[in-house]
Amino acid sequence: MSSLSMRPCGDFRTSYKQDNTIFETSTIRWITIISIIALCFAPLVVDGYFITLLIQISYLGIAALGLNILVGFTGQISLGHGAFFGFGAFASAWLNISFEIPVFLSIPLAGFFTMGVGMIFGMPAARIKGLYLAIATLAAQFIIQDFFARAEWFSGGSAGSMAESLNLFGFVFNTDKSFYYVALFSLVFMFIWGCNLMRSRDGRAFIAVRDHYLSAEIMGVNLNKYRLLSFGISSFYAGIGGALYAHYLGYVSAEGFTIFMSIQFLAMIIIGGLGSIKGTLMGVIFMVLLPEVLASIVGLMKMTDWGNIPMVVDGLSYIKEMAIGLAIIAFLIFEPEGLAHRWTQIKNYWKFYPFAY
Amino acid sequence: MNFELLTQLIVNGLIVGLLYGVIGMCFVLVYKSTQIVNFAQGEFLLVGAWVCWAALVYLELPFFVGFLLSLLFMAAFGVLLQMIVLRPMIGEPIISVIMVTIGLSIFFQALMKWIFGVSPQSYPQVFDNQSISILGLNIEMAYLMSTVIALFIMVAFYLFFKHSKHGLAMRGTAFDQQVAQSLGISVKHVFAMSWGIAATVSGTAGVVIGMVNGVSDSLSIMGIKVFPAVILGGLDSIVGAIVGGIIIGVLENVAEFFDSQYLHVGNMYDIAPFYVLLIILWFKPYGLFGTKDIERI
Repeated sequence: MSSLSMRPCGDFRTSYKQDNTIFETSTIRWITIISIIALCFAPLVVDGYFITLLIQISYLGIAALGLNILVGFTGQISLGHGAFFGFGAFASAWLNISFEIPVFLSIPLAGFFTMGVGMIFGMPAARIKGLYLAIATLAAQFIIQDFFARAEWFSGGSAGSMAESLNLFGFVFNTDKSFYYVALFSLVFMFIWGCNLMRSRDGRAFIAVRDHYLSAEIMGVNLNKYRLLSFGISSFYAGIGGALYAHYLGYVSAEGFTIFMSIQFLAMIIIGGLGSIKGTLMGVIFMVLLPEVLASIVGLMKMTDWGNIPMVVDGLSYIKEMAIGLAIIAFLIFEPEGLAHRWTQIKNYWKFYPFAY
Repeated sequence: MNFELLTQLIVNGLIVGLLYGVIGMCFVLVYKSTQIVNFAQGEFLLVGAWVCWAALVYLELPFFVGFLLSLLFMAAFGVLLQMIVLRPMIGEPIISVIMVTIGLSIFFQALMKWIFGVSPQSYPQVFDNQSISILGLNIEMAYLMSTVIALFIMVAFYLFFKHSKHGLAMRGTAFDQQVAQSLGISVKHVFAMSWGIAATVSGTAGVVIGMVNGVSDSLSIMGIKVFPAVILGGLDSIVGAIVGGIIIGVLENVAEFFDSQYLHVGNMYDIAPFYVLLIILWFKPYGLFGTKDIERI
């Protein structure tokens, strides 16, 4: 089965090993490997602007995958992911500055710190769910945001804090091109880890909790443990993403990590597809490109006679925000299962091409 | 201890709390009848306040005409929103419904910023004297009006749900949708009506707050501040929303007082309600008056 190059139309799996593979067919495996190798050579081909976009996709993608594990796979709701992302950024900078821990250690440590904070705020999840949990995490968002503005020893208060560049065996990753490899490595590593997590007992337990938590509990899945664990893992991912962001920019300030950022993370996973690892990446790419595409459309309009409307040109930042809101609404109404589902449908159409139904 | 300041703050808290109660009532109304948590509640205030402001400043209408016009607009706005955006979401999982209202909230917040700008604008003068003194306390006229309007809305809600045919239909739908449908109640109309009422009443609250503080983007924060109030009272209790609103209104002012006098932590006014919110969710998730969610297998 693992030697097949196309997915058969039917379920012919006969062993757990076949049921559990990361790559369902050899084609998918080769496409993945080739695209990773191609991405490794990207800085030689494309210009700096695309590299910054790819780095952005990497650190946001890591954090968004964490949120998808929580929301898409475990069925919990979090409106505080932006705050956890920010906590990871500050924690890594703080560990690096105050304790002189080298950056390549402070990034994972920041992940674990964020995991701890996430589990503290996820503790109500053991008792409440759905809507109430959404509101509890909303409170977490505001409380952590307030903490950033206040705790000068930790975040530098309103002035923000500096973050050093990553330094590995004397090589300093301080340019976009060199940091790109760090970001790419982290992205691939965290995504493989995410895929493997979902193939393990813990991953299956998450899905069981999402699909029918009473049945899951009856079958011996410890609900409280897995809900809390899911919060922990999701915050860990957010923390790693945030730490990469901090060491990429070299400077962290408290203003960015608002509720709007949390909503953007939620938008990424909804647009990409809840409960789909591949979809997470698609959603992140969509959300990163959306403002850029809008900006270039407005830039093109500015050059024509009819399109140079001052209201549109000056209001670009508002148009971007409105587009995010509209994208969320439109996807939920017309494609609730996200881009991943749309991708499957396109694939099926071509697979059965003349006989598609 | 400065008792005079404390009393003044508590009175202010009561007045603001009543407004929280009104906004909370709209929130509970929508939640009870349509099972939707409206994260765009604050944007109703924002849209209402801006529309009324535009009617007064651009069209130069007298206050009450402009006010009534904006109420009509808000009613249509609420109904249309329900019909176009939220009707397709019936039966979807809770995360989708929450995200749709969040999407609406982002959209309208950005739209209002785009159309009206980011700087706060104040309403034209409505009352001649700014504040009057009752029992030695200074109370702004606009605050007094907001109290009267809030109490009026509460009485109107009570009468509407107790005695009118539509109110009874809405209570019936909230109790059991299928039974209501089989008795000939149009659930569609009830859903649209509840959004219409919520938008209108929230718009009124927006105008009232806008008269006191000026209209700006910060109005939409009221929609988030209402969560602690509603959770404290219990998500599906209208009385709870009022009680919770008053408690949160007083609490944030008292927290601010103790903070400025003794603790000096700063920003307590905004953040104290959220600590309370976490504590309630921890110990009594269904609030003071909410119905407990009992699950049967």
